Amino acid sequence: MGFNILEPGLSTTVQDQGRIGYYRYGIPQGGSMDQYSASLGNRLVGNTRKEAVLECTYVGPRIAMTGDVVIAVTGAPVDVFVNGESVPQYERLSLKSGDELKFGVIKGGTKYFIAVQGGIDVPAVLGSRSTYPIGSIGGVSGRAIAAGDLIPIGKKVDNGLPDMQSVPESDRPKFTPNVNVRVMLGLYDHNLSEKGLKSFLDEEWTLTPIADRMGLRYSGPGVEWKKREQPFGAGQDPSNIVDAGYAVGSIQIPGGTQPIILHRDAVSGGGYAMVATVISADMDLVARSAPGTKTRFVAVTMEEALAARREMTARDARIWS
Amino acid sequence: MDIISPLPGVFYRKPGPDKEPYVKEGDTVAAGQTIGLVEIMKQFSEVRAESAGVLLEFKIDDFGIVNPGDVVAVME
Repeated sequence: MGFNILEPGLSTTVQDQGRIGYYRYGIPQGGSMDQYSASLGNRLVGNTRKEAVLECTYVGPRIAMTGDVVIAVTGAPVDVFVNGESVPQYERLSLKSGDELKFGVIKGGTKYFIAVQGGIDVPAVLGSRSTYPIGSIGGVSGRAIAAGDLIPIGKKVDNGLPDMQSVPESDRPKFTPNVNVRVMLGLYDHNLSEKGLKSFLDEEWTLTPIADRMGLRYSGPGVEWKKREQPFGAGQDPSNIVDAGYAVGSIQIPGGTQPIILHRDAVSGGGYAMVATVISADMDLVARSAPGTKTRFVAVTMEEALAARREMTARDARIWS
Repeated sequence: MDIISPLPGVFYRKPGPDKEPYVKEGDTVAAGQTIGLVEIMKQFSEVRAESAGVLLEFKIDDFGIVNPGDVVAVME
C-alpha cells in the first residue's frame, strides 16, 4: 500500500523531526520546515510525533491511493481536492484505494504537509527519514519525489485514532504577511557598528523569493560594520570572519546587504559573521513566511528565549495529551 | 481564461537572455503553450496557457515579481 505519485509538485520531500546528533559532522538536522504544522498532521491521523510526512512546497503533488488510507493536510492554506471534490484542511480524511488527491493554488505561506496513518515508510538514514537533497540521503533515494514513485506507507501505529477529528481554529498556525521574529544577538553582533545594529533591529526587512530549506534571504536597508583590520584567515569583506560553526537558525549578512536566516538544511559552519540567531520557538514562524513577508527582528534575552521554548513545549504536550 | 502563476518568484518572458520572447501581446497561443517562466528555489517552471486564444496583455513585467494566484496574462 502506498502513494502512487502522478505529478510530484515543485519540490515535495519526505520529512520527519530531523536527523539529530550529526550536525557536528556537518550533517544538518533537516526535518519538516514547519515542525508544528507537520506534528498536527501526525496527531490527526493517529501517529506518534516521529512518523514521516510529505512536505509540499508551493505546488503540491497529485497522488493516487493504492489502498485505503487515513490522511490529513496541515500547514500553509491551500485548497485540497479528493476526486475533484473540495475537502477541508486540518481534518482527518479517509480515502479509498484509487482515490486521487490534488491541490489548488497556495494562498499563503510556503509549505503544507500530508500526514498519513502509519507514516511514510522510506528507510531511515542516520536515524531519520528526512530527505537531505544536497547530501542525497534520506527520503526517496535522497531526492524530492518524482512522477512514477510508489511511496510506501508504514503499518498503523498501535495507539488508535485520537478523539480530535479536526484541529480547532485557535490551535492552527497563522500565516500572516507581517511577522516579528525573535532573535538572540551574537555571536558576532560586536562586528556591527552602533548604526548597523540599529538598522538590523529597527528597520523592516522583506523576504525575497530566494528562500528554501537551506536559507531565507531578506532585502532591506543593509547594515554598517565597524571599521577593523580583517584578521588572518578571514576574507577581506567586513562581513567575513575566520571560519566558525553556525548555530541552527543563525543570521548572516554577506556584504552587509541582505540578511540570510540559515534554516533546517543549512551548512554547519563557514566564514560569515552571525549577527544573531532565531530562537528555536520561532523557527516554524520563519518557515511559514512567504516571499514578500515584512519582517522585524526582535532581540530577546536567553531567559525570554527559554520561556518561549517552554511555552512551545507546553502547547505540544496539550496537543498530544 | 486568464493565465495564473501557481508559484511565487521572478517571471521571465524569454527562455534565455539572448532569446526571443515566448509570446508577444496580440499573438495567438495554443492550449498548453508556454508563455513564460517563473524562477523560484533555483528552478525554472514553465507557465502555460490552459486554453487556446489570443494573448491580449501581460500583467507582470519581464523580470517582475509574481505571487501564487497572480494573473500573469489576460487572454481573449
